[in-house]
Amino acid sequence: MTKINKVMKATTQPAVRTAVEKLNPDTAKEPINVLIVGVGGQGVIMVSKVLAQICQNLGYQVKQSEVHGMAKRGGVVFSHVRFGQNVWSPTIPMGKADVLIALEWAEGLRWMNYLRPDTGIFIADTKRIVPPFACRSRILGADIGYSKNTPSDVREKVAEAFAIDATEMATKAGNERAANTLLLGALSTTLSFPDDEWKNVIGKMVPPKTIEVNLAVFDKGQVWINRSRKGEPVEGGAFVPLVQPEINSVRTELSITPEWCKGCDICVKMCPERCLVLNKDQVAELAEPEKCTGCHICEWLCPDFAISLKPIHQEAVA
Amino acid sequence: MSLKAEQTSPAAIKTGVTHQMTGNEAIARGAWEAGVKVAAAYPGTPSTEIMENMGRYPVGDIKAQWSTNEKVALDVAIGGSFAGVRSMSMMKHVGLNVASDALMSQSYIGAHGGLVLIVCDDPGIHSSQNEQDTRIFGQFAQVPVLEPCDAQEALDFTKAAFDISERFDTPVIVRSTTRISHTRSPVMVNERIMPEDRGFNLDVTKNVMVPGHARARHPKVIERLERLAEELNSSDLNRLELGSSKIGIITASMSYVYVKENLPEISVLKLGTSFPLPKKLIQEFCAKHDRVIVVEELEPVIENTIKSWGLKVEGKEFFPRIGELSPEQVRISFEKAGVLKPEVTSYAPQFEPLIRPPVLCAGCPHAMSYTAIRSLDVRVAGDIGCYTLAVGDPLTAIDTTVAMGSSIANAVGMYLAGYAEKPIVATIGDSTFIHSGIPPLIDAVYNQANITVILLDNHITAMTGGQENPGTGKTLRGEQTHKVNFEEMIRACGVEWIERVDSYDAASMMQTMREAIAYRGVSVLIADRPCVLDPVKIKGPTMKVDQKDCNACQGCMNLGCPALLWSDEWYEGRHIVKIDPTACIGCSVCAQFCPTGAIQPSVSLDRKGEKAKVCGSKSVGEC
Repeated sequence: MTKINKVMKATTQPAVRTAVEKLNPDTAKEPINVLIVGVGGQGVIMVSKVLAQICQNLGYQVKQSEVHGMAKRGGVVFSHVRFGQNVWSPTIPMGKADVLIALEWAEGLRWMNYLRPDTGIFIADTKRIVPPFACRSRILGADIGYSKNTPSDVREKVAEAFAIDATEMATKAGNERAANTLLLGALSTTLSFPDDEWKNVIGKMVPPKTIEVNLAVFDKGQVWINRSRKGEPVEGGAFVPLVQPEINSVRTELSITPEWCKGCDICVKMCPERCLVLNKDQVAELAEPEKCTGCHICEWLCPDFAISLKPIHQEAVA
Repeated sequence: MSLKAEQTSPAAIKTGVTHQMTGNEAIARGAWEAGVKVAAAYPGTPSTEIMENMGRYPVGDIKAQWSTNEKVALDVAIGGSFAGVRSMSMMKHVGLNVASDALMSQSYIGAHGGLVLIVCDDPGIHSSQNEQDTRIFGQFAQVPVLEPCDAQEALDFTKAAFDISERFDTPVIVRSTTRISHTRSPVMVNERIMPEDRGFNLDVTKNVMVPGHARARHPKVIERLERLAEELNSSDLNRLELGSSKIGIITASMSYVYVKENLPEISVLKLGTSFPLPKKLIQEFCAKHDRVIVVEELEPVIENTIKSWGLKVEGKEFFPRIGELSPEQVRISFEKAGVLKPEVTSYAPQFEPLIRPPVLCAGCPHAMSYTAIRSLDVRVAGDIGCYTLAVGDPLTAIDTTVAMGSSIANAVGMYLAGYAEKPIVATIGDSTFIHSGIPPLIDAVYNQANITVILLDNHITAMTGGQENPGTGKTLRGEQTHKVNFEEMIRACGVEWIERVDSYDAASMMQTMREAIAYRGVSVLIADRPCVLDPVKIKGPTMKVDQKDCNACQGCMNLGCPALLWSDEWYEGRHIVKIDPTACIGCSVCAQFCPTGAIQPSVSLDRKGEKAKVCGSKSVGEC
């Protein structure tokens, strides 16, 4: 078994701009647009609710748009928050988001085309939520169907990109679910709102027992961005690449001795790939050999030892 | 960070100031302010939260309830209207199809107490089976359709709808869309003002639609619409914003804000109604502009009406008839129309997007049910609910899905067609069964079909976020009530073969399902397990995969459970499986499928009442 453990340093963020101007709805000509994305159950809506509440407290017009429905079922969740003196559309036009907050890595990549190409700020948790769909391929040595892009790929495309190990940091601080608050802390460094206002609203919106940890991780998020901008070392792990494709695959050949098979159907029913059938003589047959992955289940379960699998070669499988 | 549970009644919030509200919250508030007394609905995205909100207003103010389906809900509201109080019914666009029988007659009857239907369309099909345009239903039923563009208008128009309903003696539709219903924007709220009690309407020539009465009512329907159209010419439901006389835009609903986003200075006539239309106002607007473009989502409802008057307007040659509009789509269409100069911005994705379709939850009992169904190699008529997701890889266990309650009768039709290649199975959820699955079950028994019905009873209306239904024994407000006994009900329909099986018991499920299919006639198998999310989020001791024992056969992966993932380890070129402990709820179904016994509980099962011990990498037996 091969496990390539090449680790890339993602946290040594090059200082793109030393004095970054904060987004200020009083001076901005257009509404300020913050897009918050993630996967169902991560707390995307909560982040946008806090931001919208602050905007409302400070007297700005704010619109917040999200789509529910399938979101609960592990689907994509996004929330558009637009605020300023006057806001028309509740959704952010593509290419006009000032800040993109992603609670999940691949979701951040999905919405990149919403960011302003010249000034957009990308802030993402490096956490991966791998969908079942990514683990579907049955080809020997198949790649996981998850995005391969790394923080350096993102950095080439936007003004500023921050890949924070927020979930890990929040877990260390005592509550994994506070990762979204950590990203709120990161977001707060891009906007002109006073710190007290952020903490006040967070304190009011979270369950009383969790106020302390939420405020603590909020600070961590702020510190992370500020230090990162100055090129100072920051907390959190490195961006771990995905498992590499396997090169030592074993290809097998399945053979059935028809005289020994009594047609009990066990192999047909238990085959994970459903590539066996009972033929017209009630004898097991490999109907779709290309689907067989060589897992040996049929061989082990056959009460009559009628099935055998043999490796055909040990070479690399492309 | 998770959200603190909201305690305060929405009736108690400060009036005369603005609050951030979704369109759905604003509609509920508007109805409450208008003095609505009876409200009934069946849940359906994106309308569900309206009733959930109504249920938070004081019980003395509003009698609010989940009904068994949309037609029942509308009939309940109609009853309230007969009795002289303001009444309302809410539904999603396809819900109006179910309720339409009552609506078509009620249009002739009119409204005694104000009668309002809130219908939420789903352009873009975020969570529906089609994107039909309710405005056409308004035309068909000759019922006015009001179209708000944000939460403030959602509140205002709901109130206006009750006023129009009573003054013009008509039911009124307020049409929202997913985007309006689920967008939060500032809303000014006011006090509740109760209208005068009108008492029961005793006029049978108006209340009883026999042919003689109906013939007399039809002219009144036409006449009231003409009067309303005339009044709308000067109504403040419309908004006229005049700019340059070169181009004028006629629009309504959410399309208006997309127009303003792209062209804040352009001449706009924003209509408050899409049916009937204020003819004189539109004629004057067209006369003032060299070129008039109609911007509307979905069907060319406004455009075609204006064209039928002989006026020259443009619209659908630039704007799509399909899907949801967006600021960038409206921009592209204005570019096509030559109104805006082409922008250089590319909207193409920068990275290949990850495929992340919605899936059944970790531990979802439906996953096991459909795994069993799939193993039996049958034809499956599906229905509407979370379980429709079983159509996708890896379960791939549904052949057809039409509309709420269609499965059983679809299966009957397949049987009548003489389809004999595979046994015929209908699958339907508990709430959908109560919604519209009972008449087709009676039909199946009555006509002696040979089908198997699998009732997926997860004790809740899950797809829309966990609403109570008659099968849960609780009301909208969480009070105890009569609980439907499915076995008794099904037996009363004439079904003789009924079994209830635990959905998590793989062997029993497969064996009992085989018996059900072997039975000649209508057999009903109740697959019984509560939803893992609602009403209680279930989280038991999780399962784990012993990496040494897993031979990576991928058998468990055929469940499509989101807690089952590939680990970093390989076995003969196949991925060894791991379990995400944050997602796993410990249902143990995957362990029942594991041929090597590699999947085991991560904690020892404690017999002496001591605290369960968490195992390390050692197997359970060593704990």
